[in-house]
Amino acid sequence: MEKRELVCVSCPMGCAITVELDDNGQVVSVTGNTCPRGDKYARQECTHPERMVTSSVRVEGGRLPVVPVKTSQPIAKELIFDCMKEINQVVLKAPVKIGDVVIHDVLGTGVDILATNEA
Amino acid sequence: MLNYDLVVVGGGPAGMAAALQAHEDGVEKVLILERADSLGGILEQCIHTGFGLHYFGEELAGPEYAGRFIEQVYNTDIDVKVDTMVLDISADNVVTAVNNFDGLLTIQAKAIVLAMGCRERPRGALSIAGCRASGIMTAGTAQKYVNIDGYMPGKTVVILGSGDIGLIMARRMTLEGAKVKAVCELMPYSGGLTRNIVQCLEDFDIPLRLSCTVVATHGKDRLEGVTVANVDENLKPIPGTEEYIPCDTLMLSVGLIPENELSKNAGITLDPITNGPVVDEYRETSHKGVFACGNVLQVHDLVDFVTEESKLAGAGAAKFIKGEKADAGVVHTKGQDGVRYIVPQNVNTATDKDVKLYFRVGRVIKNAVLTVTCGDEVIMTKKKKKMTPGEMEYITLKVDTIHNLPKDSTLVVSAKEA
Amino acid sequence: MMKYDVVVIGAGVVGALISRELSKKNIRTALLERCNDVAMGTTKANSAIVHGGFDAQTGTLKAKLNVRGTELMPKLCEALSVPYRNNGSLVLAFSDEEMEHVKTLYDRGVANGVPRLSILNAEEVKALEPHVSDEVKGALLSASAGIVCPYELTIAATENAVTNGVEFIRNCEVTAIAQKADAFVLETSQGEIEATYVINAAGIHSDDIARMIGDESIELVARKGEYYLLDKSFGYMADHTLFQCPNAMGKGVLVTPTVDGNLLIGPSALDVENKEDVDTTPAGLDFILAKAKKTVPTLNIRGAITSFAGMRAHPVTDDFIIGFSEKNDHFLNVAGIESPGLSAAPAIAEMVANLLTQKAELSEKESYTEKREAPVRFRHMTKKQREALIEKNKAYGRIICRCETITEGEILDAIHAPAGARDVDGVKRRTRAGMGRCQGGFCGSKVVEILARELHVPMNEITKFGGDSKILFDKTK
Repeated sequence: MEKRELVCVSCPMGCAITVELDDNGQVVSVTGNTCPRGDKYARQECTHPERMVTSSVRVEGGRLPVVPVKTSQPIAKELIFDCMKEINQVVLKAPVKIGDVVIHDVLGTGVDILATNEA
Repeated sequence: MLNYDLVVVGGGPAGMAAALQAHEDGVEKVLILERADSLGGILEQCIHTGFGLHYFGEELAGPEYAGRFIEQVYNTDIDVKVDTMVLDISADNVVTAVNNFDGLLTIQAKAIVLAMGCRERPRGALSIAGCRASGIMTAGTAQKYVNIDGYMPGKTVVILGSGDIGLIMARRMTLEGAKVKAVCELMPYSGGLTRNIVQCLEDFDIPLRLSCTVVATHGKDRLEGVTVANVDENLKPIPGTEEYIPCDTLMLSVGLIPENELSKNAGITLDPITNGPVVDEYRETSHKGVFACGNVLQVHDLVDFVTEESKLAGAGAAKFIKGEKADAGVVHTKGQDGVRYIVPQNVNTATDKDVKLYFRVGRVIKNAVLTVTCGDEVIMTKKKKKMTPGEMEYITLKVDTIHNLPKDSTLVVSAKEA
Repeated sequence: MMKYDVVVIGAGVVGALISRELSKKNIRTALLERCNDVAMGTTKANSAIVHGGFDAQTGTLKAKLNVRGTELMPKLCEALSVPYRNNGSLVLAFSDEEMEHVKTLYDRGVANGVPRLSILNAEEVKALEPHVSDEVKGALLSASAGIVCPYELTIAATENAVTNGVEFIRNCEVTAIAQKADAFVLETSQGEIEATYVINAAGIHSDDIARMIGDESIELVARKGEYYLLDKSFGYMADHTLFQCPNAMGKGVLVTPTVDGNLLIGPSALDVENKEDVDTTPAGLDFILAKAKKTVPTLNIRGAITSFAGMRAHPVTDDFIIGFSEKNDHFLNVAGIESPGLSAAPAIAEMVANLLTQKAELSEKESYTEKREAPVRFRHMTKKQREALIEKNKAYGRIICRCETITEGEILDAIHAPAGARDVDGVKRRTRAGMGRCQGGFCGSKVVEILARELHVPMNEITKFGGDSKILFDKTK
C-alpha cells in the first residue's frame, strides 16, 4: 500500500488530496478533494498524468510576429517537450483567428493545437 | 469637449466588463480609453490557460478570455479609443487624454470607472546590491518579450519572488529552451497559487527555495550571476549561507502595485494596505461618480474575480448615472487578527444585494475560523480549511443582515486557527 | 585615416565641455568616447552638486576652478537649456568641535573668493530645513551653491559641440598612441586617428592614456562612491544640499534634492583596485543610509527607486592635474578631476581652451551657435502648448513612458539629436523614459522597439548601455 499527497491543479483552489494506491499501482481511495474534478485529477495524476501545453508559433504578415497557441485537451505529461518540438516548427500566415487549428492531431494524441489569439 | 455618460479608463478585463455591464443596464454613451494598441490589457501576454474556470466554466488562455469580452464590446455601440493615455481627471469629472490621432481630448463624463490595472514592483524598491548589467527585469517584462515580441530575454535564469507571474515564466522559459536554475522566495511560503507551483515548478524539477533572497548581482555588461542567501525570521540574509548561481537573467516577481497615480492626482482616498481606492459595495470611490475595479482597486489572483468585481462597478456607475444609487449612510469594514484588509471598505446600509467582502490573510492559517462582528455582536462565522496570503478570500453578507446594521458602525472580519 | 587638429579623449562632462569650447575655434576637433554614449564614467554617477568652493585648500587648482566654474555654471546651463537650481548648500555641525570646523571652512571660503557665505545657528538651520536632525548645532550656508544634472549637461554640451562641427566618435577606445614628428597617431577600436594635439580627459583611465606616450606622472586612486536615489515623494526632505563636516576621504555623506525633484543620498568612499568596479554593496548602501539618517533622521529606505555607484579618479597629489605633458608639449592632460570636478568643469574647459589657444594660436570661428535649444518636455507643457506640439507632429501624442509622461516624439528626438541615444539607457538619460516608478517595466520593451526601428537593426541588437549589454537573445523558435 502506497500513500501519495497531491495538490489538485484542476482549479485554483489547490485542494490537498491524499491518494492510496495498492501494490499494483491501482487507486484504492481518494480523500481531501472538494469536488468530483479533484477525484478525477487525483486518479489521473497517479496513473497517467496530463497537462495543457501553451506556447506560441511564428506568424507571417500579422500584427505580431508570434501568435499564442494551446492544446485543445491536456496531453500526457511526458509528451510536453515533444509537443513543443512540433509547435516550434509551425509558421502560420496571417490572418489567424482564435480557435484556428494550428496542428491537427499532434503526435497522434487526437489533440489539436489551437490558436488562442488573433494575428 | 466630448460628452459621455460613462468613461472607462483602461480596456483590460476590468474596464471591458464594467463598460459592458453599464451598457447592459441602459447607459447609452460609453467610452473606453485604452493606452495599449488593442483591448485586452495584460491578458494579451498571459498565454497560459486557467482563465475562465469560474466565470465561463472553461479553461481558457488569457487572450481567449479577453477575446470574448473584446468581441462583445465591438458588438455594442460602446466607443473605444486605443493608444490613448489619460493624463488627468478633474474634480468635476472631466477626463483629459491624449493620442496620436485626436491629439488632446477633453471629455465630460457623468461617471468614470477607473480600471488602470497594476504594475510590477521594480528592482530599485528591493535595493539589491550589485551591478547595473542588462538581464535584470521583471517577470512581466520578460513575458512580453517572449509572448508578444517573440524574443528570448535570457537563457539561464534565476527568478526572485514566487508570485504567479514568476512561476508562469519559469515554465514558459523552460518550454522555450531556457534553464531556470531556481525560484527564490523571501518568505517561508510562496506568494503564488499552489496550482502554479505544481504545474510550473514541480513538473520541470525547478527548485523553489523558500526563505531565500538575492543579495547581489554580478556582471559588467550582461548579467553573469547572482548571489543568493537564506534569510532569518526577520527576513535578513544569514551570513555564511551565500551561494553564487551563474545566470544571464534575473527575473523579479516581487509584488504588484495598483497604478493609482491618476486617482491620487484626482484626490481620491486610497487604502494604505491595498494601495487602491477606498470604495463602497458598488466600488464607488470617495470621489462621487468615480468607480474603481480590477487590479487598480486590489491585486487579484484570478481574472474571473476581476470580471465579477468590474460588473459590480459597471452596475454601480449605471445606478449613479440614473440617480438610483443608495446613499443613506454606510457601515465601515475592517480586517483584524490575520485579515489584512477588506474590499469594499464601506457598505451602504440601504444596498439592494448581498455583498461579498474580499480580503487576504497576512500569514498561512490552517483550520481557520472567520468571524464577522459588529460591536459586540457576532454577525457570522465561517470555517476554512486553509487560507494563504497568496489567495484572495471572500465572505458573503446577506442583504437583510446589512439592512439591520447601524450606520457608521464597523464590521470587523478576523481569522484565527480553530 | 581620419585627421584632426585636436582629439579629445573622453566624453565625460570635462571632455564634452572642452570640445564645446574648441568648437568655437577654427579647427577640426574630434571627441572620442570608448563607450556607446557620453557621460558613461564618473559623470554618470556622482552627487550632481555645484559646490560653493570652500572645501579645497586655498591656492589649489581645485579651489580656483571650483569658484570660477560655479560662477560660470548658471549662464552655461541657460545657454545649453540644462536644468540648474541655485538651491544653496549647508555644511551641518552636530557638535561644538564640528562648529569650529564650520568656522574654518568659512574662513577658507572667504580666502578662496567664495561669495555669499554665512554661518547659521541651529534655529536658522531648522527654519531653512525643518527635517534636519534636532541635534544640529549650526551650519555654513553657501548661497552660491547649486545642483545640476551632470549627464544632461554633458549630453547638451556634446550636442552643441557637434552642432558646431565637432565630430563625436563613440565606441572608440584608444589602445595605443604613436608620437610622430608633428602629430600623434591614435590606435583605436574604430581604426587609426591622427591628431596634432591630444587632450587627455579620460577620467579614471587618464593615467593609462598618459602612459601611452610615456608620461608616468599621473597617479590616480580609484575611489568608489555608492548612492541611493529616492522617489520624488521624498524630495521635500531637503531643499538645500546638506553636507556633514568633511573627513579625509571626502565631503562625507550628503542629502540633496536633484533638479528632477528626487532625493539623492551618498556617497560612500572606498578605494578599490578595479577601476571598472561600480557594483553597489550591501555594506556601502547600509553605510550611506546610516550616515544620511544623522542628517535627516526620518529618511526611509522604502522610498528608494534605485541605487548606483560611481568611480572617482582621486589624484594622490589631491589636486587637479591640468597642463601639457612633460613628455610631449602637444599632449594636454586633464586628469584627477574628482570633486569638485563637475562644479569646476566649465572653468576647466575655459582654462584648457586658453592653454591650447595660446599654444596653437587658434582663431575664433565666424559663425558659432551658442545656444542649444531645449528638448521638448511634454510633461512640463500647458494644454495649449501640447495641442500645438501634437498638431505639428503626431508622435508627441503617443505616450510611451506612462510614469513620467514621455512621448514617442521625445524619444525620436533623443535618438536623432546630434550625438543622439543609441541604447536604452541613452534614451532614459535624455528623456527620463524608464526613470519613474516602474523603472522601465512597461516602457522598456517599447523603447527597445523604437530604437530597433529607428536604427534599422533587429530588436536583439539593442543594448542597455552598449558593449555586450544586450537585452534580448535570439528569436523564440
